[in-house]
Amino acid sequence: MVTLDPTRLTMHELAEAYRRGDTTSTDATEAYFARIAKLDGRLAAYLTLTREQALAAARAADARHRAGKPLGPLDGVPIAYKDVLCTEGTVTTCGSKILERFVPPYDATAVARLNAAGAVMLGKTNMDEFAMGSSTEHSAFRPTRNPWDLERVPGGSSGGSAAAVGAELAAAALGTDTGGSVRQPAAFCGVVGLKPTYGRISRYGLIAFASSLDHIGPLTRDVRDAALLLHAIAGVDPHDSTSVDEPVPDYPALLEGGVRGLTLGVPREYFGSGLDPEVEAAVRAAIARLADLGATIEEVSLPNTDYGLAVYYIVAPAEASSNLARYDGVKYGLRAPGGKDLIDMESRTRAAGFGAEVKRRIMLGTYALSAGYYDAYYGRAQKVRTLVRGDFERAFARVDLLVAPTTPTAAFKHGDKADPLAMYLNDVFTVGGDLAGLPAISLRGGFTATGLPIGLQLMARPFDEARLLRAAHAYEQSTDWLSRRPNLG
Amino acid sequence: MISREEVQHVARLARLHLTDEEAERMREQLDAILAYIDKLRELDVEGVEPTAHAVPLVNVMRDDALVPCLPQEQALANAPDRADEFFRVPRIIED
Repeated sequence: MVTLDPTRLTMHELAEAYRRGDTTSTDATEAYFARIAKLDGRLAAYLTLTREQALAAARAADARHRAGKPLGPLDGVPIAYKDVLCTEGTVTTCGSKILERFVPPYDATAVARLNAAGAVMLGKTNMDEFAMGSSTEHSAFRPTRNPWDLERVPGGSSGGSAAAVGAELAAAALGTDTGGSVRQPAAFCGVVGLKPTYGRISRYGLIAFASSLDHIGPLTRDVRDAALLLHAIAGVDPHDSTSVDEPVPDYPALLEGGVRGLTLGVPREYFGSGLDPEVEAAVRAAIARLADLGATIEEVSLPNTDYGLAVYYIVAPAEASSNLARYDGVKYGLRAPGGKDLIDMESRTRAAGFGAEVKRRIMLGTYALSAGYYDAYYGRAQKVRTLVRGDFERAFARVDLLVAPTTPTAAFKHGDKADPLAMYLNDVFTVGGDLAGLPAISLRGGFTATGLPIGLQLMARPFDEARLLRAAHAYEQSTDWLSRRPNLG
Repeated sequence: MISREEVQHVARLARLHLTDEEAERMREQLDAILAYIDKLRELDVEGVEPTAHAVPLVNVMRDDALVPCLPQEQALANAPDRADEFFRVPRIIED
């Protein structure tokens, strides 16, 4: 028998290996912890490891497999969760000092559903504090590094999850996307990142940043795994009144069929100045490939694209300033000493517990909502959000999917975007999907000359994830991008 | 231009203690970000309905049934300070 390294396998390959008896969940889980011990000192993808709990879950999965009664395709598959998702009994920091010792009393619904499907949690992954950032440099604990080049960022805010999957330190992971925080790190780390329709996955137990924009999404090795994870966690939840009661299609079963007969729109505004020529060339080549596969290509216009980012940087901080008001040093989290009264205690606690970027966004949001500025900023931003949505509605009246770059450039170097606004501009192609709540996916669309992954983004109509995944799968299967692995020794 | 006084006013609203140095840096950064956001003024939004949520939602109703809630001990487990079954905070009312 050939020695099989389970960390090299996708989730669906691992499920098949369990079924054949080629490996076990215990062996796979041990192999992941060995690889994490070897590499994560350099990468810092994880904040917390849950070894004992993982091995207990793996042994239980193995017993089910031996009895011929696995719970399903995820039974015994080792995965990781972004540290913004509450895990009962396991510390959940949100990348922040203010929650450094917070132990949630319940699981997020997405986590609970994966537990029920038999998935094995390896640990919690690093992130920009409160999911505010595009590089994971804003983690209050340590920056995560990009597995393809340790001098570069993994993207953010789900940088730990993307680096863990990209470096084969987990079979897959969950992240969250508020302005691009699943898709952008997926692009930078060469993995698949799916942000489904708003309301497709319950947000219960996801620590709130901007409630009208927050989405949970899978980060995986390939499109089939994204379909598997989405299928396991999607669907209405009584704990989240914004989760939508739409049937959940069998996404993995709907992957085949290709792109023949589909019309793909290419948004002109996503190819303007600021787009790196290597990224543009890769995305144009991917569009040509999709045409070869039988898709019809049509240029479309999303005229309010540039305004989307400005809308986002009002709406998201405004919602954050309200959501983060709960960190007051009373019910949970840090309390700074020496407060002479309640307000002084709160102000000291928040000053000590939040990092610079979180403070900046709370200030920006509070300002935008304050008396005299509400109409000029928040009110106007909400109206422009309607215009951004309208752009997509008009485009999707003509085409089935949109195809575009995920980010203007490949991964940048640590320290390169010290100016907050320069960091924000990195989200220009991803915020639209969040503002309009549309499903969108990033997958490998090529590599730069220096070997950095380039993200290809596809977007679809609300609740049209099946078609989105089908087209992404068709493209992925037509390339050999997945054969490349980062060189981590 | 946002003034230093406005920054400190907003910081008080947001319950954030800022040193003078932090307030000055915050003022410069907010100025730059707000200058960028000001591009929204270029657009005519007369008669445009605001979007608060991407998915049009109406009220979601459920039966008014009793369901278990978080037990008191668990609700208090993460408290930085407590006394018996209460969260303890610094004095609010002066003598």
